[in-house]
Amino acid sequence: MNRFSFVLRRPIQLIPVLLGISVITFLLLQMTPGDPVRLMLGPKASQEAIEFVRARYGLDQPVPVQYFYYVMNCLRGDFGQSIAFRGPVSGVIVARIAPTVFLILYGLVISLLLTFALAVTAARQRGRWIDHLIRLVCVAGVGVPSYFVGLLLIMGFCLRLKIFPVSGYGPTFINNLGHLFLPALTIGIGVTPILARNLRATFIQQLDKDYAIACRSRGLPESYIFSRHVFWNSLLPTVNLLGVVVAFLIGGTVVVENVFNIPGLGNLLIRGVLTHDQFVVQAVALLLAVGVVISNFAVDILTAILDPRVEL
Amino acid sequence: MRGSGPLAMARLRTMPATLAIGGAITLAWIVVAILAPVLTGFDPVKVDVMQALKPPGAEHWFGTDAIGRDVLARTLFAARYDLAMAFFGVVGPIILGTIIGLIAGYLGGRIDAALMRILEVTVSFPYFVLVIAIVAVLGPGLKSYFISLTLVNWVSYARLVRSQALVLRGVDFVLAARGMGFGHLRIMLFHILPNAIVPSIVFVMTDAVLAIVLGSSLGFLGLGVQPPTPEWGAMIADGQTYLTTAWWIAIFPGIAICLLALGLSLTADGLARLLNTES
Repeated sequence: MNRFSFVLRRPIQLIPVLLGISVITFLLLQMTPGDPVRLMLGPKASQEAIEFVRARYGLDQPVPVQYFYYVMNCLRGDFGQSIAFRGPVSGVIVARIAPTVFLILYGLVISLLLTFALAVTAARQRGRWIDHLIRLVCVAGVGVPSYFVGLLLIMGFCLRLKIFPVSGYGPTFINNLGHLFLPALTIGIGVTPILARNLRATFIQQLDKDYAIACRSRGLPESYIFSRHVFWNSLLPTVNLLGVVVAFLIGGTVVVENVFNIPGLGNLLIRGVLTHDQFVVQAVALLLAVGVVISNFAVDILTAILDPRVEL
Repeated sequence: MRGSGPLAMARLRTMPATLAIGGAITLAWIVVAILAPVLTGFDPVKVDVMQALKPPGAEHWFGTDAIGRDVLARTLFAARYDLAMAFFGVVGPIILGTIIGLIAGYLGGRIDAALMRILEVTVSFPYFVLVIAIVAVLGPGLKSYFISLTLVNWVSYARLVRSQALVLRGVDFVLAARGMGFGHLRIMLFHILPNAIVPSIVFVMTDAVLAIVLGSSLGFLGLGVQPPTPEWGAMIADGQTYLTTAWWIAIFPGIAICLLALGLSLTADGLARLLNTES
């Protein structure tokens, strides 16, 4: 069998997880106090509108049947109605996907740059003061909340130096590289400590492997051994970690979008919670969870491409 | 493990520096939280509009916020809520996670498979997003924070305990206990659990850092501890609009949270080193 045949097989394995995710969001909707019809239409809805919604979402049916309706509606892209936005949830969501995806990818790139800079420096200078300093920064960095980092960056770069815009999302790609730089830097800084610690540990592990010692005994310079052999062999464990990191980044955007006022999914999620827009909240949660599943799938493919030994 | 006299002293001398410093910082915050009313003469929730937005000075060391509340008093009193979020936030997850991990790892088979499916689905949600979705159902507040954190964060402990229990159930002393006719519950609680819990104890401090970041983030977003109760995240949110004119409202609670998190992180780091070198 072709070793890439899993690209077709894997999505089928993901179906139980996706169903599980839908069960959780469905249960959360079920447990929300109040009549779901009222939650969708607000207190002043007409009798016809109530009947219509009740039939469409199967709300007069027993709970298992309601779940069936829920899944079918989700597959059709119907996530219910939003009170705050007075319209279908799907329309509200679609416009907000792009800023969030942009921010996550941008944050990922920045965190990878920071990670490699820190981990390479620490591993090459193992045991020296700079290594200890980087380790300490990574230990301490885990506990610095991203909203505080964001505010410090706003204070420094926007209000004092006036280099970057404080908030918002622009129309063009180039425009957004500037607009979203500080938010992306904020979530990038958030995940860097974990990544850098892991990558440094992998570097060190590889530097002590037999092949590296063999290279050293042949008199190859340390920088050559590192850049030609150790570096590339260390990439794989980091790639595997990316799935977790993306999940972290998605959680991070929820906070950062609210600090920088970016019209993305995270911003929508919090607004939904504060305005009791329950269908919006569950739809965003569902979508972000599906995002994690998809990114894990992408990481699996990437691993298989990088390492021929991997059997999925 | 247990020791007194010279042995304990020797262990104390080999205590990692990070554990000592981290422990000291954490302990200092606990003292601050307890003694908050003694350390400041100001009421953390008393509004005094005449004193609004005063910069740090002789009377108000950390200045005052937009409605004239003393920032120092609020920062000190907030330590109570943030410490509670850090320490009690991990209690629910560790109990639920340990129970599930023990059952899954020790019993195995279908029960294990089913529990692992639930775990897999739970972790496919971004941690923070699921917490917020649950808070949305329960309504903002400290109680929702504890419930949602338990429902989301049990997975870390379940994984740690399960992986240990999987190994331990085949170990000689457990087989001997089975041979002597001990019940499953007795074996799980008195033979597996004490041996399976060590990695969780190492992890608990790291987890407390995550819990406090999460809890204060909820506070910052207006979903955590509700005003006027002082909480660092919520205080930083209050100060966000005054970054240029009254920086002290957001900066002091920010430094406080970083300090506490640093203390907990260093403790976690030291604890991991201490327990790993022993085993």
